[in-house]
Amino acid sequence: MSEEHEEHHTNYVKIWAILVVLLAISVAGPELEILWITLITAFGIAFVKAYIVVQKFMHLGDAPKFVTYVMVTCLVFMMLFIAGTASDIYKSNGENWYKIESEWQYMPPVAQHDEGHGAADEESH
Amino acid sequence: MKPVATTRSAAGIPTGLLAVWWIVASEIVIFGGLLAAYLMYRLSHDAWAGHAANTNTAIGTVNTFVLLTSSLFAVLAHQAAEKGDGKKAARFLLFTIGGALCFLMIKGYEWNYEISHGMTITTNTFWSFYYTAAGIHASHVIAGAIIMAVVAKDAAKGLELQRVELIGIYWHFVDVVWIFLFPLLYIAK
Amino acid sequence: MAELIPTQPDPGHEDDHHHGEQSFVSKYLLSTDHKVIAMQYMFTGMAMALIGGFMAYAFRMQLAFPGMDVPFFGIVTPANYVALVTNHGAIMIFWVAMPVLIAAFGNYLIPLMVGCDDMVFPKINRLSYQVFLVSAIVLLSSFFVEGGGFGGAWTTYPPLSAKAEYNLTPLGSSLFIGAVGIEFIAFLLGGINFITTAMNSRAPGMKLYDIPMVIWMIVIASILFMVSVGPLLAGAIMLIFDQQLHTAFYDPNRGGDPVLWQHLFWFFGHPEVYVVLLPAVGITAEIITVFSRKKLFAYRTVLNTAIGTGVLSFCVWAHHQFISGIDPRMANVFTLTTLLISIPIAEMMFVYIATLYGGAIRLTTPMLWALAFIFEFLIGGVTGIFLGASGADIYMHDTYFVLAHFHYTFFPIAIIGTYAGVTYWFPKMFGKMMSDRLGKLHFWGTIIPFNFIFIPLFFLGAGGQHRRIYDFQNFPALAGEGMQDLRILATVSLVVMLGFQVVFFYNFIISLMRGEKAGKNPWKANTLEWTAESPPPHGNWKVLPTVYRGPYEYSVPGREKDYWPQDEPN
Repeated sequence: MSEEHEEHHTNYVKIWAILVVLLAISVAGPELEILWITLITAFGIAFVKAYIVVQKFMHLGDAPKFVTYVMVTCLVFMMLFIAGTASDIYKSNGENWYKIESEWQYMPPVAQHDEGHGAADEESH
Repeated sequence: MKPVATTRSAAGIPTGLLAVWWIVASEIVIFGGLLAAYLMYRLSHDAWAGHAANTNTAIGTVNTFVLLTSSLFAVLAHQAAEKGDGKKAARFLLFTIGGALCFLMIKGYEWNYEISHGMTITTNTFWSFYYTAAGIHASHVIAGAIIMAVVAKDAAKGLELQRVELIGIYWHFVDVVWIFLFPLLYIAK
Repeated sequence: MAELIPTQPDPGHEDDHHHGEQSFVSKYLLSTDHKVIAMQYMFTGMAMALIGGFMAYAFRMQLAFPGMDVPFFGIVTPANYVALVTNHGAIMIFWVAMPVLIAAFGNYLIPLMVGCDDMVFPKINRLSYQVFLVSAIVLLSSFFVEGGGFGGAWTTYPPLSAKAEYNLTPLGSSLFIGAVGIEFIAFLLGGINFITTAMNSRAPGMKLYDIPMVIWMIVIASILFMVSVGPLLAGAIMLIFDQQLHTAFYDPNRGGDPVLWQHLFWFFGHPEVYVVLLPAVGITAEIITVFSRKKLFAYRTVLNTAIGTGVLSFCVWAHHQFISGIDPRMANVFTLTTLLISIPIAEMMFVYIATLYGGAIRLTTPMLWALAFIFEFLIGGVTGIFLGASGADIYMHDTYFVLAHFHYTFFPIAIIGTYAGVTYWFPKMFGKMMSDRLGKLHFWGTIIPFNFIFIPLFFLGAGGQHRRIYDFQNFPALAGEGMQDLRILATVSLVVMLGFQVVFFYNFIISLMRGEKAGKNPWKANTLEWTAESPPPHGNWKVLPTVYRGPYEYSVPGREKDYWPQDEPN
C-alpha cells in the first residue's frame, strides 16, 4: 500500500493555502450584499472547499469506486428527504391547500390576550 | 491476538479504511438530516436572516481557519506515517489536537459572549439550530481529539501507524462539516 | 439471559491456540468471540420479547375485560395502558426484531458463512453489545421514574411527546427517546463489523455471487439502517432538546413544525421495516433451499430485487402521514411508490414458490416456519395495498385494521423468522438436535392462535374501531354489535399463543440437556457454517475453508449426493 501512495507527493501546504484563499473569498464576497454573489461565494465555494478536502486530504479517489458511490448515495438520499419533505416544511401554502400550523405560527399570542404568556396554551383548542 | 478476518481485504480496500468510510457515511446522514431541517426552516422564515445577523462572522472565520490548519497537520501526519516516521506523525497529530483545543476555546468564548447577551438556545428556533448544530459538531471535535491522543501515543512508539490515516479521514470529515456549517450559520444573512 | 450459555458442552472443542483457561466472566460476558456476542444479543432479545409479550397480555386483557384485575399485573389504569402499548411496540421492534434478526444472526452467521475466524473488529463488536445492553436498561428504567413510562405511542409524535404538560411523563419520555437513540448507536457500531466482515473477509474463492443470501440480506439491511437512521438521530436530539431545554423545533406556536418530526421519523421508520424484513427473507431462502433440495431460483434476481426494495423503501415514507396534513400532491406520489414497492416483494415471494416447485420437500420444523413466513407475510403485504392508497387510508388510518396489517408483517418477520432461524441453526449453535415433535407442537400452537388474534382485528378495524382507545365501554357508539366478542376472541387467542411459547422454552432447555447429538452437518446443507464443528470452537475452523462454488448447489445432476458443500474441491 505504501508504494501506491508514494506517487502523490502532493504539496499539502499549497492546498492549504488555496483553501485559506477560498475562505477569504467566501467571507469577503457576501460583504457586497448582492444576492447571487453571496450565494456563489458562500455556498458555491463551500462545495469547492469540501471537494478539495475530500479529494486531496481524505484521498477518496484512491479508495475503490464503490466507496464514492456509497458517499454519493447518502447525499442523494438526503436530497430525496428534502424533496419529499420540502412541500410540507418549506412551503406552508400551496394551490388550494394550506397547513393549519402555518396560520398558527405567525399569530402573535400577545395580540389576542393582554397577559401574553398564557395565550399560547389557551389557544390550543 | 488479531483474528485472521482483520487481515483479509477481498473488496480491495484495507479493512480499517472501509470501516472509517462507513462511519463517515453514517455521519453524513446525521448532519444531512439536521442541515436539511435547518435549510427548510430557514427558507420558510424570512425573519431568520435578522437573527443570523447577530452571529459573529469574524470568530467564525477564525475558527474555520483553525480547523483548516488542523486538517493540514492531520494530513501531514498521515504523510509522515506513510514514510514510517511514527515520531513525526505523533508530533503532527499533537498539533492537530492543539488546533482542536484552540477551536473549542474560541467556540467557548463565542458562546459565552452570545449567551451573556441574551441569545440562548431558547431565544428562537434559529438560535436553537445554531447551538444544536454547532454543539453536535463540537462533540465530534472533542471525540476526534481524544481518539487522536490515543493514536498519537501508539504512533510515537511506531505502533499501529495505519491508524494515523484513519483518524485523519475522520478529522477531515469534521472539517468538511464545518465548511458547510460556516456559511449556513455565519455568512448567509 | 447469558446464564443459559454455559450449558453448551464444549470442553472437547476448546481451542488450543487462541486462549487458555478463562473465567466465566471473561468467557461469556466480556468475550470478543462473535458467537458469544451473538448469543448475548439473542438471549437479551428473548428476554425483551418476554417483557414485550407480557405487556401485550396486560393491555389485551384490559381491552377484552375492561376494568379487570389482570392476573400478574393488577388493574390497568389509562396511564398504564398507553405506556404498555407504547413500550410494547418499541420493545418488539427495537429490542427484539433488531437484536435477534440483525445482530444475533448477523454476528453468528456472517463469519461462519463467509469462512473466517471472527468479526473484523471484535472489540467494537463487544462494545456494540454493551451499548445495546445499556439502551435496554435505560428503557426499562423509564417505567420506574416519576410519572412512569412514556405513553405517546412508539412514533413519539410531538407536541404530545415534546411537552410534559401533555404527556405527563417528564422523565419517561426523555428516557424513551434516549434509549432508542443509544440503541441506534449500538447498531451503527455493529454495522461496521457486518459490512467490513462480509465485504472484506470472505474466504478465498468466494465471489460476490457465492455469498449466501442471508448474508447479503443482512448487509443490505445494515446499509439501509445506516442511511435511514441518521436524520432520525439528529431529530431525536432536537426532540430531547424540546423536552428538556424547551426549544421549539417542533412547536408550531413558536416557529417549529411537528410534521418535520413525522417526516424524520418515517424516513427512518419505513426503511426500518425492510431492515428487519430482509434478514428474515434471507433466513427463509436458506431454509427453503435446504429442505426442498433445490437450487435457489434466480439468485441474482433475488439480490437485485432486495437492493431495489431497499432503494424504493426510501421513497414511500409519507404513506404513514396521509392524514397528518401533508401536501396532497405529495400524497399522490407516495401512493404510487407504495404500490410500486409491492412488486419487488411479490417477486421474492414468487421466487420462493418457484424454488419449492418440484423440490423434494421435507417438512421439518424450520421448513414449517419458513413456509408460514411466506404465507403469513403475504397477508400482511396484501393488506398493505389497502393502506398504501391514500383514499382508503384516510378511512382506515389509526384503526385496528392498520394494527392487524403491521402485525401480519412484523409477526412473520420478528417471531416466525426468528423461530425459523433458531430451529434451523440450533444444531450448529449448541451441537444438539431440537425435538421435532415438540417443535411442531409449538409451531401449530403459535400459528393458529396468531391468526385468531389478528383476523378479528381486521374486522374491528374495517368496522371503524380506533386503535388507541382504552375502554370501549365509554364510547357506546363505537361498541358495535359483536365487537366486544371479537376483542375477547383476540385476547383469548393471545393467551393461548403465549402459553404455547412455554413449549419452545421447554424444548430449548430439554434439547440442550438431552438432545440427540448433532453432527457437523445434520441438514446436509451446502453453506460453510456446516463444515465447522457443532458448536464451532473459538476461531471456528482449524484451517480456514476455501470456496469453490455457490451456496445453493442442491440436486446437481450426475452427482451421487444431492448436496455439494461450498468448500469441497471437485
